[in-house]
Amino acid sequence: MSDVSLQPPQLQLSDHRGDPRRVRTEAIVKALLTGAAGISIAISAAIVWSLAREAFTFVTQVEWSTVLVSDGWFPRQGVYDIRTLIVGTLWVTVIAMAVAGPIGLGAAIYLSEYARPNVRKTLKPVLEVLAGIPSVVLGFFAVSVIAPSVVQRFTDAGLFSVASAGIAVGILSIPLVASVSEDALRSVPSALREAGYGLGAKKITTVTTVVLPAAVSGLVAAFILAVSRAIGETMVVFIAAGAAGNQAFEVSPTEPGLTLTAAMATQAQGTDQVVGEALTFQSLYFVGAVLFILTLVLNLLADRFVRRVRQAY
Amino acid sequence: MALTSTIGIGGEAATRSVHDQLTDARPDRTGFVFRLLLLGSLGVSLLVLAILFYDVVTTGAGVFTDRAEAFLSGSLRTKADAAGVFQAIRGTFWIGVFVVVFSFPIGVASAVYLEEYSSKGRLARFLDVNIRNLAGVPSIVYGILGLTIFVEQLSGITGGRSLMSAGITLAILVLPIVIITSAEAVRAVPQALREAAYGVGATRWEVTRGQVLPYALPGIITGTVLALARAIGEAAPLLLCGAVTGLLPGREGLLDPSQLQDRFTALPIVIAEWARNPRAGFSEIAAAAIIVMLVIVLAMNTVAILLRNRYETKRS
Repeated sequence: MSDVSLQPPQLQLSDHRGDPRRVRTEAIVKALLTGAAGISIAISAAIVWSLAREAFTFVTQVEWSTVLVSDGWFPRQGVYDIRTLIVGTLWVTVIAMAVAGPIGLGAAIYLSEYARPNVRKTLKPVLEVLAGIPSVVLGFFAVSVIAPSVVQRFTDAGLFSVASAGIAVGILSIPLVASVSEDALRSVPSALREAGYGLGAKKITTVTTVVLPAAVSGLVAAFILAVSRAIGETMVVFIAAGAAGNQAFEVSPTEPGLTLTAAMATQAQGTDQVVGEALTFQSLYFVGAVLFILTLVLNLLADRFVRRVRQAY
Repeated sequence: MALTSTIGIGGEAATRSVHDQLTDARPDRTGFVFRLLLLGSLGVSLLVLAILFYDVVTTGAGVFTDRAEAFLSGSLRTKADAAGVFQAIRGTFWIGVFVVVFSFPIGVASAVYLEEYSSKGRLARFLDVNIRNLAGVPSIVYGILGLTIFVEQLSGITGGRSLMSAGITLAILVLPIVIITSAEAVRAVPQALREAAYGVGATRWEVTRGQVLPYALPGIITGTVLALARAIGEAAPLLLCGAVTGLLPGREGLLDPSQLQDRFTALPIVIAEWARNPRAGFSEIAAAAIIVMLVIVLAMNTVAILLRNRYETKRS
């Protein structure tokens, strides 16, 4: 009986360690992947370094009266009135949000609360196509359609104005508002809606008094992200707002104007040909740093609100 | 018999009365208007799209009927009726090459690290926050990065204001998009698949290469194509990396790599320049160039959406 002993194979320590070649491959691959992931941190560091170096030179050497109280953005004459750019940026953002806020939210509520699945499937691509349209195309659209047939119909604006640029930026932001809002609305548990209906509430009552308040953090996030996007949009303003690098202080949105981004774009066009005042080149970096900080704060804020929705449900 | 019918009639009346009380027989006017408004906001988006396409096509079609070949093979000119987009198509093509060569491998490798290798601790969370913030940085700020690092610091390699500087800058710009979409695709791979492979003794890399990546590939490709479309339509960083808006000498062929260290132009750049130009004829060639770019971008987006839909239905 016992002479038919079934000896288990003797395992050596090396058997547990595995094939040295596989172990080596594993280590190399892990190092490579870690390196790839580290590149994104290097990029962030490079962005901050690029901006900070020249922006620091500007901040420490500039005559601050030319930045805060002069009247216009004439970087090549040493006049860097940042208010001019801030006012332009504010107008574009306000007009854009007046367009994208209601339309994007409305589209999101319809897709999330009203549309049947098959309707949703046919309507959603409209927003996806809109999201895929490059901003230079919207810039062209602003000049060839929005300005002549919308803005000039109601105001005495010229072909190039802050208002038509703002409307185009708004159109560009609709898909962003819609998709983030829709995500927020869909993450509201259906139990809340059913509780509303159970109390005899109509659809509109349930949507406006139950679903929207429950999703409010996500809706705020959508709004903030769109504001950040509108502030950072360059090409539409570059094309449609009609400024050419210099801009007198201007508060009317029906006049040509300059935003933070467009100021950088127009200035960059000539950085290799035009030698201006000592700090002309550095002002580009200064504006870039202001823009970077502004959008970073907004994005972090939006992130907070999005996370609040996720924690709630 | 009589009794049951009486109950039936009484029951019906009761049901109707309760139903009327509950549902309020008047039509819900405000609800209807509200719904109409919501549908209207989708309608506005659709209308804008329709007008945009109609306007671009009617404005630009003439260029193609008159001189399609000359327009597609011609160079930048200061006169609208002689200008062509060949150099712009060439620049855009090479930018696409840079995006595929740099963003795709680095993006997928980062995504695999984040989802499969990292220990999900503080470092992973930091990487995650960092990538999402990078995705929100305005494109013109990436232009500053390109100007400082590639145009100035590394001018020995890139040739300064060159196609190479611009291509790498745009590859960096879309890298976060590739990482985020690839990470989502990798996250969607069923855990059972990994466990089965580990169970038969595969190492982490063998699991990743043999099981995770093949399963996640459609999602990864979708993300890369969307990123590519985004890069092709992007213009702002190119302005800072030395894109030419006036005249561009040199007539290298589409594939000639010697142009990588030279000045360049690209489709969105010429569109922006022509759209800004109020003189007669420029709006037409801007629209024609938009048609060329939209055909490329929309074809890519369509491929991406189709791929995604196919793979979503296959999995469900």
